[in-house]
Amino acid sequence: MSRETLRGAVSCAGIGVAGIGAAPGYSHLDLLGLAVHAALEDAGLSLRDVDGLFTANMANILPTLATGEYLGIRPVVAVGTNTGGNSFVDHLQWAAQALHARLCDVALICYGSNQRTGKSAPPDAPPYETPYQPRDPISSYALAAARHMHVYGTTRRQLACVAVAARQWAQRNPLAFARDPLSVEDVLASRMICDPISLLDCCLVTDGAGAVVLVRAERASHQRQTPVYLLGCASAQTHRQISQMPDLTVTAAAQSGPRAFAQAGLTPADIDVVQLYDAFTINVLLFLEDLGFCKKGEAGALVEGGAIAPGGALPVNTNGGGLSCVHPGMYGIFTIIEAVEQLRGTAGERQVLGAQTALVHGNGGMLSAQSTAIFGTAAVL
Amino acid sequence: MRDAGAALPEAPGVVFQRYLKGGELWLQQCDGCARQIFYPRTLCPYCGGNRLQWRRASGAGTVYSTTVVRQRPERGGDYNVAIIELAEGARLLSRVEGIAAESVRIDMKVQVVIRAGTDAQLVVFEPIQSVGV
Repeated sequence: MSRETLRGAVSCAGIGVAGIGAAPGYSHLDLLGLAVHAALEDAGLSLRDVDGLFTANMANILPTLATGEYLGIRPVVAVGTNTGGNSFVDHLQWAAQALHARLCDVALICYGSNQRTGKSAPPDAPPYETPYQPRDPISSYALAAARHMHVYGTTRRQLACVAVAARQWAQRNPLAFARDPLSVEDVLASRMICDPISLLDCCLVTDGAGAVVLVRAERASHQRQTPVYLLGCASAQTHRQISQMPDLTVTAAAQSGPRAFAQAGLTPADIDVVQLYDAFTINVLLFLEDLGFCKKGEAGALVEGGAIAPGGALPVNTNGGGLSCVHPGMYGIFTIIEAVEQLRGTAGERQVLGAQTALVHGNGGMLSAQSTAIFGTAAVL
Repeated sequence: MRDAGAALPEAPGVVFQRYLKGGELWLQQCDGCARQIFYPRTLCPYCGGNRLQWRRASGAGTVYSTTVVRQRPERGGDYNVAIIELAEGARLLSRVEGIAAESVRIDMKVQVVIRAGTDAQLVVFEPIQSVGV
C-alpha cells in the first residue's frame, strides 16, 4: 500500500487531558483513565467503541495489556511500541494504517504519568555509559548542546530565548503549569545542572495525561468537533545511548520530517503552527534545523530574533511546551493535542489566527527516536 | 535448524573486561569493513558482519563533546562526562580526569587510563601534556 494513500485518511475526533500539574495519590493509569474518558466524551464515543489501543509508558513493560485491563477493553489492534517520549506521535502512523486498512474503527492513543507526585521506577541503564555517572537524560542533551555551540557558535542566550518564548506562550494558556514571568537573564542565572544546560533549560516535571481519538475521515461529517486531518506521519531513529549518536548536531528528525512533508504534500513554509518536543531548550534548535524551518546552525539566531515567541513569524509550542506547560515524563501526546486545538480554532488567547496546518514533532530517548506528523483542516485537504 | 547459541566463544563484554583488568584497552574490529567497534558486540553494527577481531587500541583520542555534571561538594563535587572519539574511529562515553572538569574542551587530545571501578574496570582519559610550550 502506498504511504501517500494515508494523506487525509484519518481525522482526530476527540482529545482529553487530566491531572496536569500535580495529582497526588492518583496512579498513572488513574490519570490515563480520566483523560481517555474526557477524550471519548469530547468525541461523543464510548469505551465500547474503542477497538484500537496505542499506548506506552515508563511503568509497564506490557503497556497495552495493563492499560487495556484498566480500561476494561479488548482492542483488536494493540500497539505498545515504546521509543521514548515520541511514541505517541509515532503511534499516529500505526493508528492511521490500522484505521485505513479497517483493522479497527476507533483508535485510542493515550498516556498517563504521576511522575511528579508518585514513585518512579528506575529506567533501564545502558551498561557502557552508566559507570561514568552521566546525569541522564540531562547529560546527554548537554553533550549535544555543547557540540552544537562548538560547531555553530550557538550561545546560552539563544538557548534561553527558547525557554522565554515557551513561557510567554504559557502565560496565554490557563492550563499551563508554569506561568510566572521569565526573562533571558533568569534562565542564564539559574543553577547549572550539566554545562551548558541550566535548570531553566530543562522541562518541567509534572503529572498529567492526554488522549487522542482518531476515526476514518469518512466519519468526519458525523464528528461532534471540527475535523482535524492527519496529512502525514513518519518516524526514524539513530541510537539509544548518546555516545552512539552518529552526529550530535543532527537528529533523525532530518529523516522523519521530509518523509512526513512528502506524504502531506507540504513544505516547512506551508506550516502555520509548530509543536516541538522541548524536553530541553537545545531540542527546539535541533528540530527547527532538522525539519527544515532554517538551515543547520541557524536556529539560534532565528530564535533570538523572536520568531517562535508570541507575535513571531513561526509560532512554536503555543501551549507553553514541556518547558512551561506540562511534561509528565513523556510529552509527545500533548504536541498532538495542542495542534488539534489550534486547528480547531479553540486555543483561546494563544490561538494562531487562521491556522490551517500544524506540524507536530516527538522526540524519544537521548535524541534517539524522532516522529513527525502534519495535520491540516478541511481547507487544506 | 542451527542453534545460533551453540559453542559460543567468550562473551564480548567478558573479553573486553578481561583485557581491561590487564590494564589494556582492546576493542573489536570488523574483518568485513575494517571499522573499529564500540561497545563490544556479536556482530558489526556498520556492515552486519560477524567476523570481529580483538585488537589493542592505541588509546589516543579526541574530546568530541563534554559536560560538567554539577554536584554539591558534600556529595563529591562536580565531575566531567565526555564523549571521546578514539584515533581508530569508535566513540565512547567516558570522563576526562587529571584536569578541572570545566577545563575540558572539545577537540582536546587525550590518552586512555584504565581505572578500577566499583563493579568493573573503567576506561577514562587524561589530557596529553603539551610539550615545550
